[in-house]
Amino acid sequence: MHQTFDAALGINLLHANQQGADHNRAHFDEWGITCLNIMSSPGAGKTVLLERTLAALGNELKIAVIEGDMTTELDADRLRQYNVPVIAINTGRSCHLDSKMVAGGIHRLAHDYNPSELDLVLVENVGNLVCPAEFEVGEHAKVALLSITEGEDKPLKYPVMFQEADCLLITKMDLAPHLDIDVNRIVANVRQMNPDCMIVPVSAKTGEGLETWFEWLRVQSDRASAISPQLSLNY
Amino acid sequence: MHETDMTKALILTVKDWWEAQPERPKISCIHLIVGKFTCVEPVSLQFAFEVQCRNTFLEGAKLEIQETPLIAFCHHCQQDYHPEIGIQYACPQCHSPMEDIRSGRELKIDRVEYCSDSVETHASNF
Repeated sequence: MHQTFDAALGINLLHANQQGADHNRAHFDEWGITCLNIMSSPGAGKTVLLERTLAALGNELKIAVIEGDMTTELDADRLRQYNVPVIAINTGRSCHLDSKMVAGGIHRLAHDYNPSELDLVLVENVGNLVCPAEFEVGEHAKVALLSITEGEDKPLKYPVMFQEADCLLITKMDLAPHLDIDVNRIVANVRQMNPDCMIVPVSAKTGEGLETWFEWLRVQSDRASAISPQLSLNY
Repeated sequence: MHETDMTKALILTVKDWWEAQPERPKISCIHLIVGKFTCVEPVSLQFAFEVQCRNTFLEGAKLEIQETPLIAFCHHCQQDYHPEIGIQYACPQCHSPMEDIRSGRELKIDRVEYCSDSVETHASNF
């Protein structure tokens, strides 16, 4: 005869990923690094934004990039031209970076470079508005990009991403005159679920808004160097 | 298809629990709580679970998913409301932003049901 029993677990499904993310963040804190997780749908302009950022701030801040891409190193190769450490992570079939993959990237960064000299690690996530929002990688802040061509309704349709974002860049603003899209509508839709998010309309082509984005990055980077706790972790 | 990864996390977590039980019981059902305001689709999760459990210690186990609604609390109106996902998130009365989510973000393994029969298994397959 057998009896049926019940055991209460109450464990978060993403518990292991969360632990890994906390571990990654502890390393960044130890090295005085600010880590930003940069997310958007494919083609919103993450890589060109990074190109502009590296070109403008490369002499001022020590920046490294962890580049997530499903199969190629095309994006990583573009960024290597700016003479900064670029760690490429191929996610294979996976449509997002998770904390374990990024831990692998951090290992390589720590092995090939001196991480204590870095100010900022920019993680370019896989292009996708859904999954990356659920998988923390150890970032201090989340940056979402939404290109103006994607439409006003996207924050409503992919709310988790826009609710989690600390900074939203509305990209490709140079195309605005050619479109029947109201930027204020996009902002209002985001504000419905995220009143505190910093929202900056930008254009990598004309440079619109980029100085505001750079200033936000400087503030984020300063915050980390101000914390810099004395931790020692074994990798 | 991140439900594949979610399922993997689920199976590994349950396996940890199962291996800690001296009698290695036969698990008949896993109860999950999945909020409506998450990036998880229960149908995809069911499918991934069925596929990934084959030839493991969870072969034949059922997955029961309880979905929880999105409920937010409006501090201005001092009351709960149900945002309409995809349409309207702000408070319908005063239009304050959705700031305080009280339900809908859950992704939790709530409990497992098991029988006293122990099981000769293929745990090594997972």
